[in-house]
Amino acid sequence: MWRFSLFLCCAALLPAQPAKYGVGRPATLDEIRGLGTAIAPDGTGLPEGSGTAAAGQELFAARCARCHGDKAQGGVGPVLVGGQGTLATAKPLKTVGSFWPYATTVWDYINRAMPFDQPGALKPPEVYALVAYLLNLNGIIPANQAMDAKTLPKVKMPNRDGFVPDPRPDVGRKR
Amino acid sequence: MKDSAKSSRRQMFRLGAAVTGGLLAKRELAAQEATSKLGIPLGPYGERSPFEKAIRWTRDSKTPETGSSFTPLADSVGTLTPSSLHYERHHAGIPTIDPVQHRLIIHGMVERPLSLTMAEIRRLPSVTRTLVLECGGNSGSEWAAKTGADVQRSHGLVSCSEWTGVPLSLVLQEAGVKPGAAWVIAEGADACRMERSIPLAKAMDDILLAYGQNGEAIRPAQGYPLRLIIPGWEGNTNVKWLHSLKLTDQAYMARDETAKYTDLMPNGKARIFTYDMEAKSVITFPSGGQTLPGPGVYELTGLAWSGHGRVERVEITTDGGATWTQARLQEPRLPIAFTRFRLPWLFEGRDAVIGSRAIDETGYVQPTREALIEVRGVNSGYHYNGIKLWKVHAAGMVTNVEV
Ligand code: HEC
Repeated sequence: MWRFSLFLCCAALLPAQPAKYGVGRPATLDEIRGLGTAIAPDGTGLPEGSGTAAAGQELFAARCARCHGDKAQGGVGPVLVGGQGTLATAKPLKTVGSFWPYATTVWDYINRAMPFDQPGALKPPEVYALVAYLLNLNGIIPANQAMDAKTLPKVKMPNRDGFVPDPRPDVGRKR
Repeated sequence: MKDSAKSSRRQMFRLGAAVTGGLLAKRELAAQEATSKLGIPLGPYGERSPFEKAIRWTRDSKTPETGSSFTPLADSVGTLTPSSLHYERHHAGIPTIDPVQHRLIIHGMVERPLSLTMAEIRRLPSVTRTLVLECGGNSGSEWAAKTGADVQRSHGLVSCSEWTGVPLSLVLQEAGVKPGAAWVIAEGADACRMERSIPLAKAMDDILLAYGQNGEAIRPAQGYPLRLIIPGWEGNTNVKWLHSLKLTDQAYMARDETAKYTDLMPNGKARIFTYDMEAKSVITFPSGGQTLPGPGVYELTGLAWSGHGRVERVEITTDGGATWTQARLQEPRLPIAFTRFRLPWLFEGRDAVIGSRAIDETGYVQPTREALIEVRGVNSGYHYNGIKLWKVHAAGMVTNVEV
């Protein structure tokens, strides 16, 4: 939905032009790889490797539970489980399971930002395992389903269709 | 008995007079000393007077690397925020970056993937603009009325600076955007590599690759040495410590544009890519926590701004919204910048509810809190821009009506 947005029109308006100022040098492959991976919702950028909920549970206990609680119920860090069915209530609980529209985002965020005090320390199979554990804990995938570059983008998150475009100005009358 | 009581009272009086007299004498002496004694020599980097105490306010946190600090709006005069008091919102602390080592990589769907040093970026044609920067979550506490007692806590996630940088469009043209590219994925060099997806149309319009703030290099807390400045858009999209721009055909649905910075409506659906900051204003004097010393004439003042351009008018109520009077606006009124408004007011020593509403150049009128809640409920979290009311009590104290 967001791929073919209105904004596409503008790219078509930009004819290929030669560089005008000629500053900088070509970015090297090493430089681009050195930035790490950014993961698209269709899975573009996901590295090799795979992991299961069982492996993820062990990792979580060792590296995440001290901040997020032993059952991901929250602590210093936010709660990572529950909340499905609450979004339209007076007390919505937004979690990975109830609110996040793409499983790829869970991978991308844990990979770039967690553990909070050791970001970038996890290897791809560990990130796959942690995502598998959190998705299973939220009842989204079965315990035996391994997560990898093929299976992860196919996971349909419960709130995939929960987002709408910005309709503003919706309040604030015009003179 | 009586006599001694009287005399001891007299003694106390005399003591009091002596103490006050002493204080006065001391003060006079200090003033004299300033003119009869040499001052401090010149210095390489300025400091404010030790008598000035305005500071940012930070909420307590077990993980202080993620959190926010609020600009002391009630202490601000004029229309700029000192860089040292600019609000902060970080998700993984402030990185220390050597500008000589720092590079911006432009890659993905481009003809010529580029690697630029700071020196190379600074060589390119630059522009300078005064722009307001407001966190998407500013005054979000007003939704549920569990808000700050003063204007710093209720509205302090907004600041206004003069920014200098290179138009992003210029650098993208250097790299050559490939047909089919529609988004720019911006990433910071902080510990969480903060990531946001930005539509290419905006990138080609008015975004800056900023390296300067208020006449000097951007402060580390504001993204040193390089950040995005996106006129009129929520602060979070203005990625700090910028080191990567990836051109893509799709939005990347980063955590901070899906799990966060989306606006949940009462029907359970959340609005996504809610970039714009709509018109808003707030009275900073008198405001929560202050006390008027007594009845008399006061100049009401405050700040107004709009992500959609210039502030056209600001109207003030001193009777809880029943009647409105046009305030005087400080010129020049720059688009998407703080506009200071002022209005003399006679405080009669009776309870009064005061507030301001901004009208911008598009004709948009800042709504009431009730109007916002009627459409969006109280759980949308972000983009609160309701009219802010303060209660001035008969005795002079000022409180947040929503507390
Ligand atoms: C030192 C404490 C700490 C540790 C250890 C830690 N986290 Fe976190 N985590 C946080 C904090 C704090 C946040 C919120 C960061 C923010 O909002 O800026 C967070 C956020 C998250 C989020 C996003 C939640 C949301 O709803 O936005 C996920 C997912 C997450 N952590 C997973 C993990 C995993 C998996 C691990 C173990 C590999 C881990 N964390 C280890 C503190 C920690």
